[in-house]
Amino acid sequence: MSISEKTIATVADMAGRYEAGFVTDIETDKAPKGLSEDIVRFISAKKDEPEWMLEWRLKAYRRWLEMPEPEWAKVEFPPIDYQDAYYYAAPKSAGEGPKSLDEVDPKLLETYEKLGIPLREQEILAGVQDRSPVAVDVVFDSVSVATTFKEKLKEAGVIFCSISEAIKEHPELVKKYMGSVVPPGDNKHACLNSAVFTDGSFVYIPPGVRCPMELSTYFRINELNTGQFERTLIIADKGSYVSYLEGCTAPMRDENQLHAAVVELIAHDDAEIKYSTVQNWYPGDFETGKGGVYNFVTKRALCEGRNSKVSWTQVETGSAITWKYPSCILKGDNSQGEFYSVAITNGRQQADTGTKMIHIGKNTKSRIVSKGISAGHSNSTYRGLVKILPKAEGARNFTQCDSLLIGDQCGAHTVPYIESRNKSANLEHEATTSKISEDQLFYCMQRGISEEEALALIVNGFAREVMQHLPMEFAVEAQKLVGISLEGSVG
Amino acid sequence: MLHIKDLRASIETDEGTVEILKGVSLDVPAGQVHAIMGPNGAGKSTLSYVLAGREDYEVTKGSVTLDGVDLLALAPEERAAAGLFLAFQYPVEIPGVNMSTFLKTAINAVRKQRGEEELDALAMLKRIKATCAKLDISDDMMKRAVNVGFSGGEKKRNEVLQMAMLEPKFCVLDETDSGLDIDALRVVADGVNAMRSPDRGFLVITHYQRLLDYIQPDVVHVLAKGKIVKTGGPELAKELEDKGYAEFLDEAA
Repeated sequence: MSISEKTIATVADMAGRYEAGFVTDIETDKAPKGLSEDIVRFISAKKDEPEWMLEWRLKAYRRWLEMPEPEWAKVEFPPIDYQDAYYYAAPKSAGEGPKSLDEVDPKLLETYEKLGIPLREQEILAGVQDRSPVAVDVVFDSVSVATTFKEKLKEAGVIFCSISEAIKEHPELVKKYMGSVVPPGDNKHACLNSAVFTDGSFVYIPPGVRCPMELSTYFRINELNTGQFERTLIIADKGSYVSYLEGCTAPMRDENQLHAAVVELIAHDDAEIKYSTVQNWYPGDFETGKGGVYNFVTKRALCEGRNSKVSWTQVETGSAITWKYPSCILKGDNSQGEFYSVAITNGRQQADTGTKMIHIGKNTKSRIVSKGISAGHSNSTYRGLVKILPKAEGARNFTQCDSLLIGDQCGAHTVPYIESRNKSANLEHEATTSKISEDQLFYCMQRGISEEEALALIVNGFAREVMQHLPMEFAVEAQKLVGISLEGSVG
Repeated sequence: MLHIKDLRASIETDEGTVEILKGVSLDVPAGQVHAIMGPNGAGKSTLSYVLAGREDYEVTKGSVTLDGVDLLALAPEERAAAGLFLAFQYPVEIPGVNMSTFLKTAINAVRKQRGEEELDALAMLKRIKATCAKLDISDDMMKRAVNVGFSGGEKKRNEVLQMAMLEPKFCVLDETDSGLDIDALRVVADGVNAMRSPDRGFLVITHYQRLLDYIQPDVVHVLAKGKIVKTGGPELAKELEDKGYAEFLDEAA
């Protein structure tokens, strides 16, 4: 048996080995199926929102009705039937929203334990779990079910809570910033989110504060036919620093699930936000592509202040379709934007992802490192825009896009757009495409490493430049995920 | 130890199937070093690849056993776990994977297959350091990506390092002398000689006699046109150095 046949056979045994693919059997409170003004009102009422929030939602909803679907991405899927989905689902036990961990439904705690998400504060602090403390906001379907380490963060003046809670507790901040970076009318998916967003995280770091721990949000879609529309808003006030990480999983379902999120980051003078994503939504069936999550996400950062800095790091391994361009608007002079991305597609997955760096202020700098890995019958596109506006004197950009192909049934595409309206700008662009080499695999195998493990090792090496930007605690997990998501790809 | 019997192997090319090994038979007892010499195109490198299990070659006939284990039935990584090590003529670059990660992954993969406990980071580090010191390799090399930007000498020393770390039963050295200056050659040979032991065998493949001045073989075989055409003692290497391979090319034809 040749190497590839054997690998295919091994992998056939593991087919569909998506480790997060289980369903939690829990009673839920759902909105009626479909989308209408009434549903928007229903969601707002469920969350006991103030009138201004409802108005904001309704305005977005009306606008959404008129907007066209974005069709420029290199992804293919049948038209979405927006009436055939649920827009709100919450575990009944969640009741009035996040509470202390002692009151959280044990079934939910069990779910997160199974997924390896640390929720038990005492255990973490006591060192039972072998990792440094990370505060977690846990979003299950449409609601935040728990937020850990809230008190400890409060001592530092940091606000970390669900967005629903922020709307009630910190309306002045929400009113000021929500929609200021991604306005509801930005694109159809963001607009839908603005109308029906259910939960997500809110972070505010006061001036001069270095957030004492990593913050993270863990998103889980559990319910059948349910969309998840989370909204995250992070504000780093002058001279502050925060590192934030989000993780995502969903059960294996034959139906497609829609995930249309909006993430807005605002960095004031001398502030820095590091935002990392490990996205592992269910990618659909390995052979047929049936099911999987449509991950249509709008993420954007505004580097509002002088010397502010935002760094996006993403490891995208899941979803049937990924449509996502975490971007930076570099408004403050000397502000910096970074985008480090690893996107792995396998099976029938499609990914169209990249970034936009909009240079407005003087001496603004951006750096883009994108590593695309395509295997199986998948397709991966890097799409990026670097735009230098007339006043961005001395702007600099460095872009590097590398694609790695595994097998000959997959595709990799690079679509870089560059628009410079200032002659002093300095732009560099490098791109490479390579195939995984048999020589490399054989060399590793001769040293006793199996083909699957060799592939994971080589791909992790290829992606290293990006992986090293992940917080330590998550880098190891992400590396393992790379290995798992490549299973079945050698041949 | 290593028994090769009537081994035939071919490769698919644009011009069809080409048989490269045409019935190679060879026995290397434990504790011995055998050299295989031969002209270009004799099938020397093919022999090393076939022993290690490269899938580009199809074995059409014959058998290979290592201490009674049928190597041909095993995947390349299983052959490695069974104790076979190949020092590559052209060591391969693996960008982004640093040497210590690579060594750690390989050693633990082999240990796992052998049913041994995996080594933790600290134990691994100690071993790597000790072996590096023996081979005069700086710690700095462990932070560099596997073979990336390595000089010819560094690449070959790295092969010997991996050999020493994996503690194989049987080592195949494929043209380890190619691209080495005399100092590097000496370092590599010293590393190999230090590993010689009564329960380990070596097959040293080389075009030139030079390497055999440093790694003294017990037996020398001449491979020409896919067959072993002559076997003798170390003096055979000297003879070849003087006369060249012309006579064997005619004989084998």
